[in-house]
Amino acid sequence: MATQQVSTRIDALPRTILHRPFFWIIALAIAAFVVAPTIGNDVQLRESLLLAAVYIILASNLNVMIGYAGYVNFGSIVFFGLGGYLCVWLVGRPGFPLAVAALAGGVVVSALALVFGFGVLRLRGAYFALATIGVNEGVQAFVMNFSPWGGAAGMYLSTELFAPLGGPRQALWTIYYLLVAVMGLSLYLSYGIKVSKFGLGLLAIGQNEDAAAVLGVPTRLYKALAYSATAFLPAIAGGLYYFKSAFIQPSDAFDLTFSTEAIAIVMLGGQGTIAGPAIGAFFYEELRGWLLTSDTFSHFQLVVAGALLLIIVLFLPRGLIGTAHARWPDLRRIIE
Amino acid sequence: MFGIIASIIDGVLVGSVYGLAAMGLTLIWGVMDVVNLTHGSLIVAGMFALYLLTDATGLSPYAALPAIVVGGFAVGLFLYWIAVHRMIGRPPLMSLLSTFSVNLVLVGLGTAVWGTGLFNVPVSLPGLTLQRFTFPGTHILAAVLAGVLAGCLYAFLYGTRLGKAIRAVANNRGAAELVGIPTTRVLSFAFALGAALACVSGMLIATLFPFTVLSGDAYQLKSFVVIVLGGFGNPAGALFGGIALGLVEGLATPFMPVSWILVIEFGLFVAVLVARPGGVFALRRT
Repeated sequence: MATQQVSTRIDALPRTILHRPFFWIIALAIAAFVVAPTIGNDVQLRESLLLAAVYIILASNLNVMIGYAGYVNFGSIVFFGLGGYLCVWLVGRPGFPLAVAALAGGVVVSALALVFGFGVLRLRGAYFALATIGVNEGVQAFVMNFSPWGGAAGMYLSTELFAPLGGPRQALWTIYYLLVAVMGLSLYLSYGIKVSKFGLGLLAIGQNEDAAAVLGVPTRLYKALAYSATAFLPAIAGGLYYFKSAFIQPSDAFDLTFSTEAIAIVMLGGQGTIAGPAIGAFFYEELRGWLLTSDTFSHFQLVVAGALLLIIVLFLPRGLIGTAHARWPDLRRIIE
Repeated sequence: MFGIIASIIDGVLVGSVYGLAAMGLTLIWGVMDVVNLTHGSLIVAGMFALYLLTDATGLSPYAALPAIVVGGFAVGLFLYWIAVHRMIGRPPLMSLLSTFSVNLVLVGLGTAVWGTGLFNVPVSLPGLTLQRFTFPGTHILAAVLAGVLAGCLYAFLYGTRLGKAIRAVANNRGAAELVGIPTTRVLSFAFALGAALACVSGMLIATLFPFTVLSGDAYQLKSFVVIVLGGFGNPAGALFGGIALGLVEGLATPFMPVSWILVIEFGLFVAVLVARPGGVFALRRT
């Protein structure tokens, strides 16, 4: 039944992606991210939106694995952290320009993910989830001991490196715009994958992997490609993010709570939808900010976040957008 | 040469405690296909229970064992009904997330109450000295207790009616239901038993090493490594897995800095998981 649903939805929609309203809704959202902080030069708003953009990048890439293919990547933060390390190292030592370093980080991490994906994606369900935790922890333990990258103490960048971007103040704006661009690409990537044949194959894997394989979906290749494709943009985002902080250390870069937050965001918004992770990320960022600043809850931030996640998992397993779709089926045509 | 052997023996002693810790996790996994991510917090709960009990009563730490078993069992029952019961039979993502969120709540409460400082429970036991090397008494006693408890669990699973029911539910829940086994009650009992094992292992670890509220994650990851080595859902294998892990640690310690051992452990973990997803000592399930 569920497979039928997918195919009718695809048929009912206009042929090209440009004719769909949701394509333009994404464009509007990106424009809002670009314009909002420039009004009144609001640095505080920019920082909060920057964090939201990072969450959206992580969550919507993760969503391709979780929501489409049904594989829970618990250690997705390893892409972000490794991308950050490669970029900071390339900018700091050989003195590459930021754009080249961040792109190189993305390409290398994506290639590593492809190689790794072929091995790790032989596993299914909880076994895969555990293996991804193992990969993240293994990489973290390795970096902690890897002296060219500063070991456990991490690496610093000198603020002089901001000079090519027009000084520290201007550099922060540039990095913000770059991150918003990566966010836009992430949203369009997950949208593009969903409407493509590749995405249909991933959705089929998510429904029933063996049946998909019998019907001719090259499951191993598709899974590894999805794993690798969703590593690319988070790695670039990691590079930009850690270049901005001018400091990176293993315990932050490979922090498992960050990747579980991304899972929580995907669940909150609605797995398998494109708007879901974005809306989930926005709500999560707002909630986190509120909990951290509130007098009553600042000590119990984790408790409240945990209780909230439990309530979603128990009573709203399809997330906000998923529940709205079930309630108003026509909404699927506008918000996908 | 004797130094290496001593290091290996000590590794095996500590490893058997890791084995006990993993036993609770693998029992729950095997019986209900739930990866219990509250495992780490339960281990920490055992540590702090021991700390509070010895601090309040001044009794020997080992006298606290029965109280911790009972307490862990009660906590396990509570957690089962809150977070796990509705997840039985649903995709693994759901139970991973529900137990993860409970874990967040527990860790949050722990840090709010105790902070993240270092705690330890002073235990004085005479060690065993061979040539220049002394094996701490706490390590020996912890290993013995872990072995005894593993034996008890084995006897329970294979020698009692309830144990048989647990194995039946693990094998085929539907069929167990058909022959009249109250599966829900058996599942909640098995979960509580797993939780009690985690608490007891936490208590034993607390007698060996200092700990913080956040120690749980590290021991939970170790438990996963042990499970992979010992075979999924196989409590007896977990003890061997723990001993194997202890052996690796003991063997590696004299040759490399301690921080590299983690790299080896996780490399081993991923490699074994990919090469033999059922675990090294996996029993063939019929």
